[in-house]
Amino acid sequence: MTIRLTDEEMAMRGGAFGEPRRWAIEHQIAVGEFFDATDLVPVSQAHIMADTESLGPAGIGFLESLAARSEAERRVRVPTLTDPRGLDVAVYKRLGQSEAMRALEARAIAALRAFGVLMTDTCINYQTIMPPTRGEHLAMGDTGVVIYSNSVFGARSNFEGGPSALAAALTGRTPRYGYHLDECRRPTRRFRLDARPRDLSEWGALGGIIGQACGSYWEVPLIEGIAEAPGSDALKHFGAAMASFGSVALFHMPGITPEPAEGRPQPSHTIGRDEIEAFVAAYGATGDKVDIVVFAAPQLSLVEMAALADALDGRHVHQETTLLVTTSPEVKHAADRMGLTRRIEETGAIVAAGICFYQSYAGELAEANGWKRLMTNSAKLVNIIGGYGYRPTLASLERCIASAVAGRVV
Amino acid sequence: MPIVLHCHKGIGPAVTGTALVARDNFSARYDLDRKAGTFSRPTHQLAGQSYAGRILVLNEAKGGVATAWMLRDMKERGIVPLAFIFNRVNPILAQGAAFAGMALVDRFLGDVTDLIRTGDRLRVDPGRGVVEILDRDR
Repeated sequence: MTIRLTDEEMAMRGGAFGEPRRWAIEHQIAVGEFFDATDLVPVSQAHIMADTESLGPAGIGFLESLAARSEAERRVRVPTLTDPRGLDVAVYKRLGQSEAMRALEARAIAALRAFGVLMTDTCINYQTIMPPTRGEHLAMGDTGVVIYSNSVFGARSNFEGGPSALAAALTGRTPRYGYHLDECRRPTRRFRLDARPRDLSEWGALGGIIGQACGSYWEVPLIEGIAEAPGSDALKHFGAAMASFGSVALFHMPGITPEPAEGRPQPSHTIGRDEIEAFVAAYGATGDKVDIVVFAAPQLSLVEMAALADALDGRHVHQETTLLVTTSPEVKHAADRMGLTRRIEETGAIVAAGICFYQSYAGELAEANGWKRLMTNSAKLVNIIGGYGYRPTLASLERCIASAVAGRVV
Repeated sequence: MPIVLHCHKGIGPAVTGTALVARDNFSARYDLDRKAGTFSRPTHQLAGQSYAGRILVLNEAKGGVATAWMLRDMKERGIVPLAFIFNRVNPILAQGAAFAGMALVDRFLGDVTDLIRTGDRLRVDPGRGVVEILDRDR
């Protein structure tokens, strides 16, 4: 299938708007034709995942080559945000990250700024920067951001990896396929919930169960049986885990999410308390020494920061355990101002801004610090981190904190 | 006569190489030790196996967006699969292959992880939407 281009898009392809936009639209045409897109659709925001571990020297060199062009050629056409970075300069030494990592980070930041990108360094932009609106076409570059934007707000985005999100920022459009189209947004799988998750770790577990059962970007689950609105942080963990375990980009929850879900696929899969507890138990390791406890993936909202400060109050993290909290720069500023950062760090914990742990050279951190057993309330994180050599345990915030204090899984 | 498998038109150049097959999924961040060039996720069916220079034949592309950047860096370092053959990919793998200039095809008639076996010699032609199994005739 050949994509239909406007006169302006053809001029872009011909190089009339400079090399960065020529590269961008060629990339979009290649991806669009692979997915049978008929044209490009204007987007109102882009969001770029560009942590240096993923970029590598090749990606950084590529960014720098485009960023070296004139201002008129390289400037982004729509508001463009960044996903978490690889390193927080305020804490990188305490975490055992290297000067070489810091130098790479500085190069990537300089290149991104040259495009006019807003360095938000966050995967919770929908909670902190600019929530999308229904029907808005976006080019979002984090799977958790995409599934939340599509499902909770009814916006329209595919997973846009770093190069594609940058391309969308430069052209102001993206190939119209997948979740930009009505026909891809209809439910294909049906689930019925028999038990209500009790905390964020269980909302993540539920997302993981549904994600595993769907197992494809192109499946759209319809989830019934949720009477009360779960709230933003619960849906954040739920969606992020579903996207991570199943590559899922959209879910419908009648009465909670805004789009009418057309059709009720048969049969439905009922999920009860046993299944949620079995999912969590698969990561159990009671009695093991805990090397690191992580609250991240996605970054913590201000409400989660406050809950953490309350739960930690007056306690001390075990001397052989690291407790790491990651949040967005905006939330960190607010937490500083409200005294939450101080209350969390007085316990021996580290609060980092603008990173999200697994995007921060997790493998090198494990080697540098001798970390193996990791505990978290994030189902998304337990799914990712095994590939980096960690042995992950999923538990509630309260159990994570009790374990951080005891130095072993309780 | 080689066995000819038809698929959707793909991305990247035509290549010839040897297949490494599993009915499992794929993410460069979740599943690989990109320095050693091996599958590192303990639960992956190809755990411990080298992917360098092989044509990976897998079920679905999974996980996060990092693969979109990572393939180009892996290619520049020379520790990279030769091509990707999937039943169905998500946008990230297509974007990563386009950015890296690597061969990728998907959408066959039937399960491609059944149709192709580890060790098969393959010719992958994304522009025509064809994969040929060169050393088997049935």
